[in-house]
Amino acid sequence: MIQALLVMAGLALALGAALGAASVIFRTQGDPLVDKIDAILPQTQCGQCGFPGCKPYATAIAGGEADINQCPPGGDEGVRKLADLLGREFKPLNAEHGVEKPKSVAFIDEATCIGCTLCIQACPVDAIVGAAKQMHTIVAGLCTGCELCIAPCPADCITMEPVRETVESWKWRYPVFELKVEPPVTAPAREAA
Amino acid sequence: MLPRLFSFNGGVKPDPNKGDSTREPIARLPLPPQLVVPLHQHIGGTPRPLVGVGERVLRGQRVGGADGNVSSAVHAPTSGRVIAVESRLMPHASGLSAPAIVIEPDGEDRHVEREAFDWHAASPGEVRDFLRDAGVVGLGGAVFPSHLKLNPGKAGHTDTLVLNGAECEPFITCDDMLMRTEPEGILRGALIMKKMLAARQVLVGIEDNKPEAAAALKAAAAALGDTSLEVVVVPTRYPAGGAKQLIRVLTGIEVPHGSRSTDYGVQCFNVATSLAVFQALEQGEPLIRRIVTVAGNVERPRNFEVAIGTPIGFVFAHAGLKPDTDKLIMGGPMMGMPLPGVDAPVVKATNCLLASSAALFPPPEPELPCIRCGECARACPADLQPFELYWHSRSRNFGRAQEYHLFDCIECGCCAYVCPSHIPLVDYYRYAKSEIWARERDKDAADSARERFEFRNWRAEREKEEKAARLAARSAAKPAAAPAATDGAAPTADAAVDPKKALIEAAMARAKAQKEAVAAKNTAEPDAAQQAQIDEADARRARAAATPDSERTE
Repeated sequence: MIQALLVMAGLALALGAALGAASVIFRTQGDPLVDKIDAILPQTQCGQCGFPGCKPYATAIAGGEADINQCPPGGDEGVRKLADLLGREFKPLNAEHGVEKPKSVAFIDEATCIGCTLCIQACPVDAIVGAAKQMHTIVAGLCTGCELCIAPCPADCITMEPVRETVESWKWRYPVFELKVEPPVTAPAREAA
Repeated sequence: MLPRLFSFNGGVKPDPNKGDSTREPIARLPLPPQLVVPLHQHIGGTPRPLVGVGERVLRGQRVGGADGNVSSAVHAPTSGRVIAVESRLMPHASGLSAPAIVIEPDGEDRHVEREAFDWHAASPGEVRDFLRDAGVVGLGGAVFPSHLKLNPGKAGHTDTLVLNGAECEPFITCDDMLMRTEPEGILRGALIMKKMLAARQVLVGIEDNKPEAAAALKAAAAALGDTSLEVVVVPTRYPAGGAKQLIRVLTGIEVPHGSRSTDYGVQCFNVATSLAVFQALEQGEPLIRRIVTVAGNVERPRNFEVAIGTPIGFVFAHAGLKPDTDKLIMGGPMMGMPLPGVDAPVVKATNCLLASSAALFPPPEPELPCIRCGECARACPADLQPFELYWHSRSRNFGRAQEYHLFDCIECGCCAYVCPSHIPLVDYYRYAKSEIWARERDKDAADSARERFEFRNWRAEREKEEKAARLAARSAAKPAAAPAATDGAAPTADAAVDPKKALIEAAMARAKAQKEAVAAKNTAEPDAAQQAQIDEADARRARAAATPDSERTE
């Protein structure tokens, strides 16, 4: 009897120690769920979701503080991916946070720019180059289209330009079979026949 | 000795339709009134324009410089004047425009001074750079820069160089006619490439429906007397001209998913590319012309030697486009793509210009549901499951489509050719591929944006820390410096205010001293002469003050 108890207690201790050691050795750095959510988000860093950047929003989703339909740049497809990842129901984009727009990049009218550097400070992804009292310009390839530079500009010289399709970025369309409508036979033609 | 031939799975046997365009020899097309030379004609980076509007260019002059190593140069096809560097309509299914150099020929066709280049003496790297600057790219249709493929690789040598003269697609005969007219140049080019790749043998694969081409090459090989050159006639079956399929037929090597033929010691080039290599290295002629088959619904189907940049409408006009043409295709009927208009130019990838009519190519029948007959899988030369790819592409389930190796699909069109339900299968694969590429581009952009965002946050954090550290250092330094500066001043009771107050006092003391010094200078004892000058000046001032302004101006 005592022997059996000792064996069981010993086993429990040994396994407990092994588990404890494993939890220390194989500790995960950060929250893997946050990283998975962050990988789905478009990294626009626009703050339309109400959080200062994509990572904080991902953290909020993982913590249950935010819903999955607050990211307009990600669009319905992004919501669908988040729903898949988190095993939740899909819901349409929350209009309070904005609507899905075609991808565009900011453009500085260089003749109007006064070189105040306010937009450079506002840009979350370092996509604007320039210096105080020097003309600024946007590196179009790096711009995420977050629109955060528009509000601070005192000269109103920043506009959003939609990204145009090029031969390289063009996509084959979904195949559809075109139904051709025969021109209707007019009444005189029928009479003639 | 008859070499042993192998076979690939699947494939189809469409009607070759090659007779009409091989009746007459290659004709040299005259120069059009305007040449539109697109900068981006190959896989890789877009070349930088090297000429400006109004500049005179000579034939063979580089007008676009390779951007990085995975790129290739473009050249002026004739001498003339650059009248525009702007976006022009491209021969692409999208119907979009891309930057091009528009040249107005002057009719003199003066050649730029050829740079002497001895490829025998040059290092392999220099020869590759020369080919890149000569704009040599694969002319079989994929337009991959050739210099990148002419690298012997890690092993230091390649066993077999395969020259692709199979030309399996119906209607296209440009390689056939080129092999008949330029067999020696093609084989000489192959020997150059063989040397660059340190290859053991060269196998030229030609389908058995081109006996004249095979005979011409065999005669040329015998004349050259090189035993490593072997011309092999392979059975006609579409797509025997696919690189992986031809390598399989000639060597028996099946290149598995995810690896390249070079991993197995085989490299493959088109016969026209071989001639371009020969012309670039031995004759100093960059790639500025190519053979184009004009076939289909035209009066005089024929092969033309066309300057790159010639508008497609100009080419068709010489072949006599029939009025009932409903569609223009670049490439063959199996893999070709619809052309957006006749203004698009001939590019390095243009092997065939095909005019289609309702009689020649009846419009596609309505798409019916897939009945899972498996015909497509039997026809697939890449050993894929086309119906699985179709279902997943159709339902936009791109991850699953990739699991079925969507990117191993060579878009040969065999599956759609045999499909009893007339499903445009290749259109679905092209759609799925471009969607996947777009997603990858978006993901790369998002990853780089995340990196920059995180770096920016880290930088802001670091700047804050540095500022705090600077402030701490200054406030730590002040109490030590203060007693020395304000030696005589009485220390105030408040210890916290002390350094600041002391500093202010010191500054005020300095200002006072300065003021006194300035004042002292002015009131220094003047000698007699100075005193006289001062008096004189004072008198002038008094006079000036007494005289009204209006009188003083006179």
